[in-house]
Amino acid sequence: MIDVRGLSVTYKTDKGNYPAVQGFDLHMEKGDICALIGPSGCGKSTVLYVLSGIITDYQGKALIGGKPVDPKKQSIGLIPQGYGLLDWANVYKNATLGRHVKQLGVKEPYIEHILTKLGLDTLKTKFPRQLSGGQQQRVSIARSFIMQPDILLMDEPFSALDAITREEIQDLFLSVWNEFSTSTLFVTHSIEEAVYLGRKIAIMSPSPGRILKEIENPLFGRSNLRLSDAFYSFVVEIREMVKEVWA
Amino acid sequence: MKKSGKSGALSYIKVVAAVLIIWQLFAMALNIAFIPSPIEVLSNICEKFISKIAVHTLLSLWRIFAGVIASILVGVPLGLCMGYFPEWNKRLSPLLYFTYPIPKIALLPLVMLIFGLGEFSKIFMIMLIVVFQIVVSMRDTVRSIPKDTFYSMISLGARRWAIFRMVVIPASLPTLFSSIRVSLGTALSVLFFTETFGTQYGLGYFIMDSWMRVNYADMFSGILILGMMGLLLFGFVDIFERIVCRWKTSE
Repeated sequence: MIDVRGLSVTYKTDKGNYPAVQGFDLHMEKGDICALIGPSGCGKSTVLYVLSGIITDYQGKALIGGKPVDPKKQSIGLIPQGYGLLDWANVYKNATLGRHVKQLGVKEPYIEHILTKLGLDTLKTKFPRQLSGGQQQRVSIARSFIMQPDILLMDEPFSALDAITREEIQDLFLSVWNEFSTSTLFVTHSIEEAVYLGRKIAIMSPSPGRILKEIENPLFGRSNLRLSDAFYSFVVEIREMVKEVWA
Repeated sequence: MKKSGKSGALSYIKVVAAVLIIWQLFAMALNIAFIPSPIEVLSNICEKFISKIAVHTLLSLWRIFAGVIASILVGVPLGLCMGYFPEWNKRLSPLLYFTYPIPKIALLPLVMLIFGLGEFSKIFMIMLIVVFQIVVSMRDTVRSIPKDTFYSMISLGARRWAIFRMVVIPASLPTLFSSIRVSLGTALSVLFFTETFGTQYGLGYFIMDSWMRVNYADMFSGILILGMMGLLLFGFVDIFERIVCRWKTSE
């Protein structure tokens, strides 16, 4: 579904060229969910920007469904760090923005289903500034699922939330994701989050970023995962692995 | 805290009443001919408004309205394009920075020589002074829109015009209203100056003419009406903003 081969991105700055990503390879099957972890500034977000069509000046291959990235032709859901909501549009309009832009038409029962599942059905007429951070995040998730994307990209989606809200939104996200199994690539700083949400965990090198190690998560899909000893053992194991490959 | 329309209007009335009371006390304390009391001025307005002052008020109102609308029509698209398209900003910013600090009021004689003494030169003068504030504030607003908002739209496959229509224009509306408020203050000052040349109508002319004729009641009537006109225009902008930018004022 997602096939990235030999991706290199160089930013042109006043001080010269800055290679953000170099020789980045990643392959994801349809219905996969992959966590991308790496040190700050290693180019994690850059990879997402390439796959979402924001960065078009790159070398190598970035394919979605076997075709080069083109957000006008493909359906790409992006949840940026700041949620990317329109302050002047209410929850319903924000949530259905993708369908509106792509002229997909209204699919009311489906929209209602997603909004209800994410607890937004009673907030439809509210504006983003009237919502808490967790509610804004839920709108952002709703927007992505309502447009039924080919792939979903999330850039540190839960980092701005407090610990309790974060866990609550992660569970909500998983419950919607389990229903549709949208191919998802997300960037995170949190190893716990990577283990909790990712079927695959990809560890990136310091800048210029490339994949150093890919790990299949044997715990993915288990119920009550957070409460299990296996979860914490695996988090420790990944942490050691990260330390080792970054050394 | 958000004020209801009724309590908002009440606070306006209270402020106006307080100003009039202070003015009354001041006039009583000084007791000199060139500072008439507000009671005298208000009764003068009641007596002469329809027969004498209304025509000046309406013409001044028209000039302000036309000048500010012309500034918006020129300044808003230009500012938005400069903020949204980096190449526009790169090319036009030097021109903007060079021409903005030039005191445009000094160009009034030139404007009158080119466009004559009629309405157009007065409206053009207001536009010439106000448009720069609008261009700069609109441009800076667009540049301050969070990148995430644009990223979401690009990833959704939105084309440039769709992003302009769905993000750039609505995001800049609150700043537009702030700019209009600032522009109105400037426009009122410029209006006064332009109406002292080549016209026999307008509040600027009326105030200066009354002063020359040592008619202080008329002069203060004109000043008070100018102030009331500003108050009404600002109030109108506030109400319009509350309707258009409901998302900003909702709690």
